[in-house]
Amino acid sequence: MTILWTDALIFFLVLMMLVLGFYLRGKEHLRRPIGKVTASRVGMMSLVILVFFGMIGLLDSIHFKPANDKSNEIISLLDYWTTSIRQQQEKTYSSPFAAYSYSKENITTDDGRQLWTYPRLKYGGAHLKNPDIKKTHDIMQKAAIGFTKGAGLFAFFFILLLSFFKERKQTILKGTAAKPVWMIIFIIVSGSYMLIDLSGFYHVLGTDKVGEDVFYQAVKSIRTGLVIGSLTTLIMLPLAIIFGIMAGFFRGWVDDVIQYIYTTLNSIPGVLLIAASILMVQVYMANNEDQFTSLVVRADMRLLFLCLILGVTSWTGLCRLLRAETLKLREMEYVQAAQALGVRRRIILMRHILPNVMHIILISVVLDFSSLVLAEAVLSYINIGVDPTTYSWGNMINSARLEMAREPIVWWSLMASFLFMFTLVLAANIFADTVRDAFDPRRADND
Amino acid sequence: MIQYIIRRFLYAIPLLFGVNVLTFVLFFIVNSPDDMARMQLGQKHVTEQAVENWKQQRGYHLPLLWNDQQQGIKKVKETIFYQKSVNLFLFQFGISDSGRNIGADIKQRMWPSLAVALPTLLVGLLVNITVALMMVLFRGSYLEFSSIVLCVILMSISSLFYIIGGQFVIGKLLKLVPISGYDGGLDAIKFLVLPVIISVIAGIGSGARWYRTLFLEEVNKDYVRTARAKGLTETQTLFRHVLQNALIPILTGVVVVLPLLFMGSLILESFFSIPGLGSYTIDAINRQDFAIVRSMVFLGSVLYIFGLLLTDISYTIVDPRVRLS
Repeated sequence: MTILWTDALIFFLVLMMLVLGFYLRGKEHLRRPIGKVTASRVGMMSLVILVFFGMIGLLDSIHFKPANDKSNEIISLLDYWTTSIRQQQEKTYSSPFAAYSYSKENITTDDGRQLWTYPRLKYGGAHLKNPDIKKTHDIMQKAAIGFTKGAGLFAFFFILLLSFFKERKQTILKGTAAKPVWMIIFIIVSGSYMLIDLSGFYHVLGTDKVGEDVFYQAVKSIRTGLVIGSLTTLIMLPLAIIFGIMAGFFRGWVDDVIQYIYTTLNSIPGVLLIAASILMVQVYMANNEDQFTSLVVRADMRLLFLCLILGVTSWTGLCRLLRAETLKLREMEYVQAAQALGVRRRIILMRHILPNVMHIILISVVLDFSSLVLAEAVLSYINIGVDPTTYSWGNMINSARLEMAREPIVWWSLMASFLFMFTLVLAANIFADTVRDAFDPRRADND
Repeated sequence: MIQYIIRRFLYAIPLLFGVNVLTFVLFFIVNSPDDMARMQLGQKHVTEQAVENWKQQRGYHLPLLWNDQQQGIKKVKETIFYQKSVNLFLFQFGISDSGRNIGADIKQRMWPSLAVALPTLLVGLLVNITVALMMVLFRGSYLEFSSIVLCVILMSISSLFYIIGGQFVIGKLLKLVPISGYDGGLDAIKFLVLPVIISVIAGIGSGARWYRTLFLEEVNKDYVRTARAKGLTETQTLFRHVLQNALIPILTGVVVVLPLLFMGSLILESFFSIPGLGSYTIDAINRQDFAIVRSMVFLGSVLYIFGLLLTDISYTIVDPRVRLS
């Protein structure tokens, strides 16, 4: 097993979330907002989608070197399970569910004649004798079978779950958001089973210029998007929390220095600072090639750098919010009382200030997530994002955008990346709204 | 008033100095000029002589902060920090790595950037405020609910999609306007329509939502209740009272970005090949022209800080509650 830097940080993040969840479990003051989130139908549905994406990302974060493979390639668990899709490479473009190639070629038929026509694909629909007639029927049939299998799998686990938690049957079935949540889980499970089934026979979303399966690329890009969205906040949070609370609590010269730092950083336009930093990282990498043993490690380092830089550019907003809130909190009676009683400042910060700004931190983390995912695509498009060899939606768009000029147009690569990105960002946005409505005390008063 | 403005100006100086030091550290300390030279000249077969020549041509051969070989004041002056960074304060951007005069380039390229960015800002503001006002006017109805849903959906779509989709539908399928390009004078309009429309549409989602929260905050205030109580209709309260009071945060939000309009938008300009500062920066990034990127970083921060200053001043002008202290 090989642990890349981002893998380690992701698992650290998951661990942190678990610890935090365990720590906050059963806290009285959180019961109401959490209850509000779980009662929200769209909120819970988007959470399910986010968790699904997250699981794919986690699968893609367990890297190892396959034992039987001689090449020095590092692959992830997801790669291992999708080996068949990964290795079914065509020559060049092919449209979704195509059986024939996108471009014409000279082929020699069995009786020795030369034909200028669309050749059959090596893998896509290769099991069909006569794709022109049989293809639609075959796709329908395979999709139906796959969907039924998935539905069966879902039903199996659903019944298993019900029998295990007999006494909790009411919450599982009758909760406010229960029905839509089970519905969306059903759709996800059967839908992905169907897609996986179909991928064995067709390129569900076509292939790209070098014949790689677009569906596979889009799925692989999930990890990159999630890493950018989550690791950046992991890097940003300590900076923002420590500086923000210190500036607000100690005031005086500490406040001045911290304000100076974040105003300076903030005054450099974000994109330009990222561009400058990434240029410098490129120079560093070019001059220290020996440190980066393989392509994957190199790409991973660049991804980590990108998160780092995004984190550095984006902590200022949260820091400012936290400073303002701490300024307000330190004048509250209970903080004053604690000070008068001689409680140490460290303890005041930890026990009285930090828990009371938690909702701001939580809200800004979920709100930032979607904009970071979108930012990744834009940055990769202007070549200051992730490494060109990394699978990411930005890279997919970047390599596919010139294909719109082709005739007939190659739309599937763009469409696939946009759809995946849209699903993730939409789910994140809706969930962020739900969380904000539930945790923001100002909004809580309204209802 | 003048005293206040002068004080704000003085406050900008340490900020600019900080930006300057930061870019200097980023561009000259993290990687030495030697590293940059090797990167530009190609990795493998670079002689020492070639690296020296490259540095000599661009003035990177001097020591970083302190020149021992010179006399007197020249000890400070004949250094990279003085020549490359301090001169930025005087808006002397120097020569780019490919040998062009950056200052002249910027002067020439900022107008196309402004030609795209200013209409985008104005039209966007108009559209966003109108949509937000409609949402507030019809609050609690299905119309509001569906427009909020629409806003979230619009927000979740990548800006790249709007650009590529807009170019494809309007430019290629309908052939209404040219897909990309630019021309001087009034001919520029037909090239500008598409980017402006696209960026306005791309901005509606987040923009309208933002203004809606602004208006909703105002709507719940006491003076609105009073206005309704004295018998004004909902539209009258909304346009006479709420809109005018909400104009203060709107105005200050706009003023801060005004100077930055000169910088243009990076993606939009490169997609539509508009010869503005945004595409200038992108080209520089792709060519790894450090001198241009450094100048743009500094120029961007100057404009931003100037925007902050304008915001402060405009606050004191429009909001009588703000005192100058």
